[in-house]
Amino acid sequence: MRVLAAMSGGVDSAVAAARAVAAGHDVTGVHLALARNPQTYRSGARGCCTLEDSRDARRAADVIGIPFYVWDMADRFHSDVVDDFVAEYAAGRTPNPCLRCNEKIKFAAVLDRAVALGFDAVVTGHHARLGSDGLLRRSVDLPKDQSYVLAVLTRAQLDRSMFPLGDSTKAEVREEAARRGLAVADKPDSHDICFIADGDTRGFLAGRLGEAPGDVVDADTGAVVGSHRGAYGYTVGQRRGLHLDRPAPDGRPRYVLSITPKTNTVTVGPAEALEVSHVRAERPVWTGGARPEAPVECQVQLRAHGDVVPATVELTADGLTAELRRPVRGVAAGQAVVAYRPDPAGDVVLGSATITA
Amino acid sequence: MAYLDHAATTPMLDEALEAYVATAREVGNASSLHASGRRARRRVEESRERVAAALGARPSEVIFTGGGTESDNLAVKGIFWARRAADSRRTRVVSSAVEHHAVLDAVDWLAGHEGAEVGWLPVDADGRVDPEELRADLAAHADRVAVVTTMWANNEVGTLQPVAELAAVAAEFGVPLHTDAIQAVGQVPVDFAGSGVSALTVTGHKLGGPMGVGALLLARDVAATPLLHGGGQERDVRSGTLDTAGIVAFAVAVEAAVKGQQEYAARVAALRDELVERVRAAVPEVIFNGDPVHRLPGNAHFSFTGCEGDALLLLLDAQGIACSTGSACSAGVAQPSHVLLAMGADDDRARSSLRFSLGHTSTGAETDALIAALPAAVDRARRAASLRTSR
Repeated sequence: MRVLAAMSGGVDSAVAAARAVAAGHDVTGVHLALARNPQTYRSGARGCCTLEDSRDARRAADVIGIPFYVWDMADRFHSDVVDDFVAEYAAGRTPNPCLRCNEKIKFAAVLDRAVALGFDAVVTGHHARLGSDGLLRRSVDLPKDQSYVLAVLTRAQLDRSMFPLGDSTKAEVREEAARRGLAVADKPDSHDICFIADGDTRGFLAGRLGEAPGDVVDADTGAVVGSHRGAYGYTVGQRRGLHLDRPAPDGRPRYVLSITPKTNTVTVGPAEALEVSHVRAERPVWTGGARPEAPVECQVQLRAHGDVVPATVELTADGLTAELRRPVRGVAAGQAVVAYRPDPAGDVVLGSATITA
Repeated sequence: MAYLDHAATTPMLDEALEAYVATAREVGNASSLHASGRRARRRVEESRERVAAALGARPSEVIFTGGGTESDNLAVKGIFWARRAADSRRTRVVSSAVEHHAVLDAVDWLAGHEGAEVGWLPVDADGRVDPEELRADLAAHADRVAVVTTMWANNEVGTLQPVAELAAVAAEFGVPLHTDAIQAVGQVPVDFAGSGVSALTVTGHKLGGPMGVGALLLARDVAATPLLHGGGQERDVRSGTLDTAGIVAFAVAVEAAVKGQQEYAARVAALRDELVERVRAAVPEVIFNGDPVHRLPGNAHFSFTGCEGDALLLLLDAQGIACSTGSACSAGVAQPSHVLLAMGADDDRARSSLRFSLGHTSTGAETDALIAALPAAVDRARRAASLRTSR
């Protein structure tokens, strides 16, 4: 097959490209330039899309022996990922930009362009399994598993995707990179959000949305217990950084329970008030088989690297509901609910949807 | 394989390569006082004479440099600094909108860091500067102009500038004119003295010499403040141990390219004309860019309406065909050509362009290979580009 390897400049995508070559595919490497001004994004070890990453990707392509190009996706990335990220926070939700980037950029804009140019598939270095049965499964390396941020992909997208790293641990990938002479073998993992240079999400949002002072309100009493400089800067389940004026009467810690953009209010309360047993979500995709007519017993994950809980999931006319067997704290609107079917060969992604409540 | 990117770099001539290897085997620093040093010095000076003779300059006007970018920077910044030092009112630089980045960015740097004011001369739809535009600028600002810099031939669209006319206008006002002739030497007749310019950039690897060596021809009566300080090897204007082997090979290549220019131009222009005709016949909706008459013999430049140049390049590259989209930023992202934008093209047309440039090894078989691959590539690139607009 003619495949396009998306190469970030990191070790995973380099080894994925090398494995695609080893599997006999005709591979072309592409680095996505996502920053409008590459210098403003995180440098080197801490993220992606810097000049250094572009060079690392190019060197890896040289060593692997494949053609290499840089594709400018900055405009698409800004409108579909960065602007969306800001708008989601402004609406009181907590977005996952990596998931959105997969949905809108890597497996949409890039994949569509690749297919139009005659490629059959896109190969990436995500840690997830996608076998000949077409099912998306967790990586064997559970701490590195990225099936959560891929669960948003549709059947059509998965059919044109390859994830060659799913059967390997991160340590094995690094060893293989060293064995293959790839200089990125010991390059540190990227963390956090690539387009927020200093890791200060609240500062980034304040720069985009402006300061908007408002009240922090106690959920039980309705009393104003503190102030904030922008409700968008908070996320459900957050405990730190609330700077409340007075402690709760019972002296126990308070958590963000909800954000109400309309009144610019952050509501806080005790930990148990965070507990959620019923999750509603919109824009479902279902790739783990035929769309189920009846409720499905499965496991759900409600945020990246979050706990997995047994649940009953039901597809509705316009979305998805999940009844959790035990309550979960810190479920934030905007995150994905991903349904998995436990499987000895790797838990299978059944489907996902965006949490609304 | 079809190598259609000679304007990026062209294969070294056999005689230049042989001269390089033979000289590189000899030890000797041209600045040393012993016999080995004298031998190296002799090779350098013989080369200087050969370059001077081939390009209509005096040997003392040849300053060897590390290539085109250095020569352009030395001319633009060096003449600016020297002229401003002699008369502090002279802080204006006049240039054209279609210069290579080696000139463009040097001029921008002077504007950003040295307080230079810049007069950008516009070009017409074919990419040519009108000498009357220069006259108007100089008439308004003559006593404030430090240097004029306009290229001999455009590296992207191949348009030749009326250099002699521009130099004559500059001379009327007593202002030195530098010209970047990197794409011109060996392609069209280039005579330093005859052209009337004060400074001229030439580089080795565009005419069959090695990379990393070139020259600035600088008239004796024009001062330039050095960029590089050190041993003062080249007329105290340029320092750095002389690259004897590179200079010898450069001189051999310049001599050969100039000597063979007429025959070369006739042969390559015929190949180019055939390529242009066949591209137009094979692909609908293609725009041929640049001046059809005042043009480098090996340059064919097109806008493929509805395509993105970088997608076309990828597809042709996969078929073994090498061509160019123009410039890319430091991260490798293809940029819309400033040359085409200056010629009045819109962003889409500027992004849809591709340069095919022929040279001394070009054959009709390479055109055959291009024509065999191009229609399908354009179809695919058009489909890919339509995704961007349909979303």
